[in-house]
Amino acid sequence: MKKDIILAGVGGQGILSIAATIGMAAVDHGLYLKQAEVHGMSQRGGDVQSHLRISDKEVASDLIPQGRADMILSVEPMESLRYLPYLSPEGWLITNAKPFINIPEYPDVEVILSEIRKVKNHIVIDADTIAKEMGSVKAANMVMLGAAAPFLEMDYSWLEQSVRNLFGRKGEEVVSFNLDALKAGLEAGEKYRKA
Amino acid sequence: MLLGDEAIAQAAIDAGISGIFAYPGTPSTEITEYVQQSKEAKEKGIRSDWAANEKTAMEASLGMSYAGKRSMVCMKHVGLNVAADAFINSAITGANGGMIVVAADDPSMHSSQNEQDSRFYAKFSFIPVLEPSSQQEAYDMVHYGFDLSEKYKIPVMLRITTRLAHSRSGVVRTTPRPQNEIKLPENLRQFVLLPSIARKQYRELLDNQVFFEKASAEGGFNAYIDGPDKSMGIIACGLAFNYLMENYPDRTVPYPVLKLAQYPMPEDMVRKLYDTCDTLLVLEDGYPIVEEMIKGFLNLGKQVKGRLDGTVPRTGELNPNIVAASLGMENTTGMPVPDLVAGRPPSLCNGCPHIDSFNAMNEALEKWAKGRVFSDIGCYTLGAFKPYEAINTCVDMGASVTMAKGAADAGLHPAVAVIGDSTFTHSGITGLLDCVNDNTPVTIIILDNATTAMTGGQKSSALNRIEEICQGVGVHPDHIRVLKPLRKHHEANEQVCKEEFEYKGVSVIIPRRECIQTLNKRMRQKFAEKKKNEKK
Ligand SMILES: Cc1ncc(C[n+]2csc(CCOP(=O)(O)OP(=O)(O)O)c2C)c(N)n1
Ligand code: SF4
Repeated sequence: MKKDIILAGVGGQGILSIAATIGMAAVDHGLYLKQAEVHGMSQRGGDVQSHLRISDKEVASDLIPQGRADMILSVEPMESLRYLPYLSPEGWLITNAKPFINIPEYPDVEVILSEIRKVKNHIVIDADTIAKEMGSVKAANMVMLGAAAPFLEMDYSWLEQSVRNLFGRKGEEVVSFNLDALKAGLEAGEKYRKA
Repeated sequence: MLLGDEAIAQAAIDAGISGIFAYPGTPSTEITEYVQQSKEAKEKGIRSDWAANEKTAMEASLGMSYAGKRSMVCMKHVGLNVAADAFINSAITGANGGMIVVAADDPSMHSSQNEQDSRFYAKFSFIPVLEPSSQQEAYDMVHYGFDLSEKYKIPVMLRITTRLAHSRSGVVRTTPRPQNEIKLPENLRQFVLLPSIARKQYRELLDNQVFFEKASAEGGFNAYIDGPDKSMGIIACGLAFNYLMENYPDRTVPYPVLKLAQYPMPEDMVRKLYDTCDTLLVLEDGYPIVEEMIKGFLNLGKQVKGRLDGTVPRTGELNPNIVAASLGMENTTGMPVPDLVAGRPPSLCNGCPHIDSFNAMNEALEKWAKGRVFSDIGCYTLGAFKPYEAINTCVDMGASVTMAKGAADAGLHPAVAVIGDSTFTHSGITGLLDCVNDNTPVTIIILDNATTAMTGGQKSSALNRIEEICQGVGVHPDHIRVLKPLRKHHEANEQVCKEEFEYKGVSVIIPRRECIQTLNKRMRQKFAEKKKNEKK
C-alpha cells in the first residue's frame, strides 16, 4: 500500500489539520508516514502545500516525485491546479469549488473549473457552502477530507477515530460536528461522481 | 510524529541539556518552541526563553558549556552570520560541557534572503558537522553530537535544511540522560583567547582534525554501500540520500554509494569510491562544497559531476526529480500547470497595523521623490510589493537604521528607516546610537506590533520598553513620537510623519498596535479558558 497525497491551499486555510487527521489514522494502523509541511513566510496568505506520504514500507523521500501523486486534495480551486505536475495519470484531483481571492489578478472561476475538468479523475464540491449550512465554515476542511476518504485505502472508521482523537479535547459537540462534516463531504463527493 | 525540528528538540531534552538558546528564524524556530512548550523540559528546569539575537544566544550557550553543562544553540543560516564571531572563536576556545550549534539552512530561499551553506562555516572554523538525512537520524545525531563534543571538547554543528526541519516522521526515543553538574574547565585559561594562549589552542584544534575525521569514519552515520556498476560512484549528502533511494523502489542502487552525513569528510571512504569508480556524482543540498573539494581547483582527476558542471542545477533545493535527471532517468512529470494559475505571493494580513503605518508614511513622503525608505526584515518587508511599494531596501537585520544613516551622511534628506520591534532589539539599537552620536538627520520608524510576527509570533524582547530604550540611547524625548496606526488616525499620523521627516536630527516614530494574528490567538485562548472555567 502506498498513498502519496499533495494537500494544497492558501496560508491560513489550515490544510495541516487534514494532514494530521489522515496521518494519525495511518500511524495508528502501523503505516509509515512522512509529511513535508510549509512553515514561514508563505503562511501569510501565500500558496502552501504539504506532501503527505503513507506506505506499508519505509518512505525514502520527504517530497513526492512529480507525476507520482495519487491525489491532490485542495481546499481552493486555483491552488489545486498549481500541483498538477505532481499528479499521476490515474490520480485524483479533489478540490473545494470556493475560491479564496486575495490577489488582484485572480482568474475567472469558470475557467479554473473547466481546467479542473480536464483532469481524468476529479471531484469538485463546494465545501464552504456545505460546512456553512451545517453551522460553521471552519469545518470545510473536514468536508474535503470526507470527499477524499474513498480514495485513501483506509477504513472510513479509521478517519472517524482520528477525528475523535484530534478534537476530543474540545468536547463532544466539536467532535460530532466534525464527524458530520466528514460524512457530508463523503456524500457530496459520491454524489458528484455519480452525476 | 515529529517535525525534524521537534526531533532535535526532544533529543536535546533527552540528552540532558540544561539550556537552549535561540533567536527565532525559519526554519529553526520550532526547535526552541518545542522545548518551551515541553512539560518535561519544564520539570527538568531547562532554560529556553528567546535571546535578543543569535550572537547573544551563541555566547550564552558557550557560557553554559564553560560551566560544564550541555547546551544547544539554534538559528537559521543567516543567524550564523550574526553569531559568527562567537562561533569561529568557540572552535578555538573549545567547549567544556557538550555544545551543539544547530544551523538551519534554507536552500531555494523559501523564507530567506539567501541560500548560504553553513557547512562552509564549519569548515572555516574546523569543527565537526552532522547532517541528518531523516528525523530519526537527527534525533540520534543530537545524542551522538553531545558525546563527540564532550569527548573532544569542541562545539559540534548540526546542519539541517528547511525540508527536514519542517517534515514529520516517526521517531524512536532513547533513554533520557541526566544533566551535567557544574564543572569548570580543568584549565582555567582554556577560554582566554590572548594571542599566546590562542596560538596554542588553535594548534590543538588543527591537531584534532585527524580525530574528527576518524570519528566521521567510525561514527556510523557515513556509510559505504557497494554496487556492481563501477562506471559511476555517488556521494549523497544528508537528505540527498533519500532522494537517491526514492528513485530505486527496491532501495538498491546499481552504483557504489557513499552516504555522507558527518564531516570532516572521511578520506579513506572518499578515496575508495574515487579509486573504484570511473566517474563521481555528488548530490548535496546547498552549495557544492563537497563537489568542489573533490574536484579540486584544476580539476585534474576523474570526472566529477554535480552542480558545478550542470548535471544538477546550480541553485535551489534538491528533490527526487532533480536527482532522477542527474542519473539520466526518465522524466515522470504529470500535466503542466495551466497558464491561468496566478502567483500568490505572501501578503500583509487584513487589518495588519503595518498597513496603516505604511499609508501614513507614504503620504507624508509624497512631496519628495521615491526611494528613500530603508527597511528591514519582518512582515513589513512585504510592504515592498503593491499596493504599498513603501520600502526600498531589505538586506540584513538592523541594516535599515545604519543604511539610512549612511544615506543621510551622503546628504539624502529625508532618510527614513523602517524596522520592527523585534528586529530593533536584535540589532537596531547600536545603529541608533551611531545616529545619536553623529546627530544624523534620520527618522527611524519602529513598527511596534508587540511581537516577532514573521516567524509566528514569538515574544518580542523589549515589550513596552521601546521609548525608554530610545531615550536611553539619547534620542530627544520631543522626537520620540508614539502613534496608533488605525485608519481613523490617518491624518494625524501623516502629520506626525511629516514633522519628523522635516526635522534635521534623529527622530523616532513608534506606530504601536498589536499584530492581528497574535491578538486573535490571545482572544481565542482567553475565550477557551473562559469556557473551561464556566464548565467548572
Ligand atoms: C539574522 C536573522 N535572524 C533571524 C531572521 C528571521 N527573521 C526574519 S523577520 C524576523 C522577525 C521580525 O520581527 P519584527 O521585526 O518584530 O517584525 P514583524 O514580523 O513583527 O513585523 C525574524 C526573526 C533573519 N532573517 N535574520
Ligand atoms: S502576522 Fe501580524 S504583523 Fe504579520 S502581516 Fe499579519 S497582522 Fe501584520
